[in-house]
Amino acid sequence: MSKDLSYSTSHSKKALILSIIPGLGQLYNKQFLKGAFFLIMTAAFFYVFYDLLNIGLWGVVTLGEIPFTDHSIFLLVYGILALIVLVFGIGFYLFNLRDAYKVGGSRDKHEPISTVKEQYRNLIDNGFPYLIMSPGFLLLVFVVVFPILFVLLLAFTNYDMYHSPPAKLVDWVFFKNFVDIFKVDMWRQTFFSVLSWTLVWTFVATTFQVALGIFLAIIVNQKDLKGKAIIRTVFILPWAVPAFVSILVFAGMFNESFGAINRDILGFFGIEGFPWMTEPIFTRIALILMQTWLGFPFIFAMTTGVLQSISQDLYEAATVDGASNIQKFKNITLPLVLYAIAPVLITQYTFNFNNFNIIYLFNGGGPAITGQNAGGTDILISWIYRLTMTSAQYSKAATLTMLLSVIVITVAIWQFKRTKSFQEEDMM
Amino acid sequence: MKKQNFVRLTLTYLVVLIMFVIILYPLAWIIGSSFNPGQSLSGSSIIPENATLAHYKELFDTSKSNYVFWYMNSLKVSILTMLFTVILVSLTAYSFSRYRFVGRKNGLMTFLILQMIPNFAALIAIYILATLTHLIDTHLGLILVYVGGQIPMNTWLMKGYLDTIPKELDESAKIDGAGHLRIFFQIVMPLATPILAVVALFSFIAPFADFIIASILLRTEENYTLAVGLYDLVAKQFGAEFTTFAAGAVLIAVPIAILFLSFQRFFVSGLTAGGTKG
Repeated sequence: MSKDLSYSTSHSKKALILSIIPGLGQLYNKQFLKGAFFLIMTAAFFYVFYDLLNIGLWGVVTLGEIPFTDHSIFLLVYGILALIVLVFGIGFYLFNLRDAYKVGGSRDKHEPISTVKEQYRNLIDNGFPYLIMSPGFLLLVFVVVFPILFVLLLAFTNYDMYHSPPAKLVDWVFFKNFVDIFKVDMWRQTFFSVLSWTLVWTFVATTFQVALGIFLAIIVNQKDLKGKAIIRTVFILPWAVPAFVSILVFAGMFNESFGAINRDILGFFGIEGFPWMTEPIFTRIALILMQTWLGFPFIFAMTTGVLQSISQDLYEAATVDGASNIQKFKNITLPLVLYAIAPVLITQYTFNFNNFNIIYLFNGGGPAITGQNAGGTDILISWIYRLTMTSAQYSKAATLTMLLSVIVITVAIWQFKRTKSFQEEDMM
Repeated sequence: MKKQNFVRLTLTYLVVLIMFVIILYPLAWIIGSSFNPGQSLSGSSIIPENATLAHYKELFDTSKSNYVFWYMNSLKVSILTMLFTVILVSLTAYSFSRYRFVGRKNGLMTFLILQMIPNFAALIAIYILATLTHLIDTHLGLILVYVGGQIPMNTWLMKGYLDTIPKELDESAKIDGAGHLRIFFQIVMPLATPILAVVALFSFIAPFADFIIASILLRTEENYTLAVGLYDLVAKQFGAEFTTFAAGAVLIAVPIAILFLSFQRFFVSGLTAGGTKG
């Protein structure tokens, strides 16, 4: 027995059907102001966006038909805009249907319909979060979501130097870019060599900086050590100096002809200089050493904070039980430190995975290697930059961005599923 | 036992000493270079014999160098990004923390995923879109991209903090007749000052230190920010102007380092409080 039948009227159904044209259902429900507003909004929506929807939806399907007249990339942009507008429109439409149905339902039950004044109060109370979120949300849609959608679509086109508007049209090629990266020798070799260096780089550099940071924090935290304040300040310094400055300074120091490392330090010990900038393996070593220098202070500061918050009672209790220093360290200090900074560790790994600055500013991703279109120290993100900015391989760069994002998101979701703050969140 | 302690402490001091050398040597080297006469580094030393301020003077001479413009641009972009970020983030974080509305759960999920994709991953799109909208080579375009990129992560950070402010406070204010805006401005925000400061610091530092987006969007030298300009100074003719670069680097590193060290406590506590609740 459905509920509606128990009422003599069926306003809810009628209102719902009338609401196929937004506003009519509300008018039927005798909410004249609201109904008029909905009608006007609908008319305005079509009036303002008709051209955009028309061109955009046609454009995103065809990407243009006549060279010089149709600009494929503009059309793609209009297409995405049209899709975003359409999503908002559909949202409004569904809201309209739901509203008409609900108000009709309360008429069926002979409940009083809210007056204009009540509706206004309701709108303010329920709409307030939407209202104050909308500026940030809109900005986010246009500068973050929009570019992501654009890259997503670009990955399925053939946009590059040879297919670049206005002289040429861009076409949908679907999965060709993905297939190319794994099938064409040059792309496949470059991709796997860049990917493996990215992983090695992420793992080794991050592990070094984390290990050094924790180690130093623990030895500086010893009770009988003097001058803790000065030591801690100096240890924080590499973090305090902006990284791009330090990296450029290091690039000077590692310079093969005048840099301090070859000339002053190694020269002092009578060792002949190393080719830091021209041999991939040496550039890689230099990068890892530099990242350790740049990254350990953050871990050092975090660990110091954790160490200071560990209760002394734990150690006293352990002493009473006859634990040795090493046992105390292994069973109290280390587990507590690792537990507290674990979430930060994973962000450190993802940070280095995308650490464009150090790779690019140090040696531009170089030195060059024969047989591949990425430099010897290029990680995925700097390779994407190179493809975009120097060789205009836009669609391949977009494809690689998709692959990179999949990796980052997978890791990040796995991490957040595990963190407490996410599990405790009451998600309604 | 005493001997053991002595060995342990000596080893510790030795490690600290080595770290001091490793940390301070590059800094001393760049400061020394900036006072070296001549443009290149051949024949320079950490303590120059004829120290000169010529490179610093050159940087401030706007007919010879755009350094002053870069500095102003960086400050302008960072400060405006900070202002807009703090305003927008406090509004979004407040609604996520205090209201239960349709789409809240999906919104939070979206923010979580967006904060994981660095916003420069879509650099091709940012570049093309900026060209289309004529926002390329403008600071407005740069600021918009920075602010947008800051929103997801900082919203989560701030929401985490706002969740710890008891809800009973706003409820009793509501009973006393306070409106939405009044609760926001007079009850919750004053209690959230620590996290506001952290968000402000983050959103100031990030654009200041960013190289990739600025290098994509900014085309003319006068519009460069410090990171792009300084790189340009080095990359154009490496070594030939190294001492001038060194002076420029010192002028950035010193004020930022001082600012950073004075706020450092804040930084760490903010990170541990909001970002990683457990």
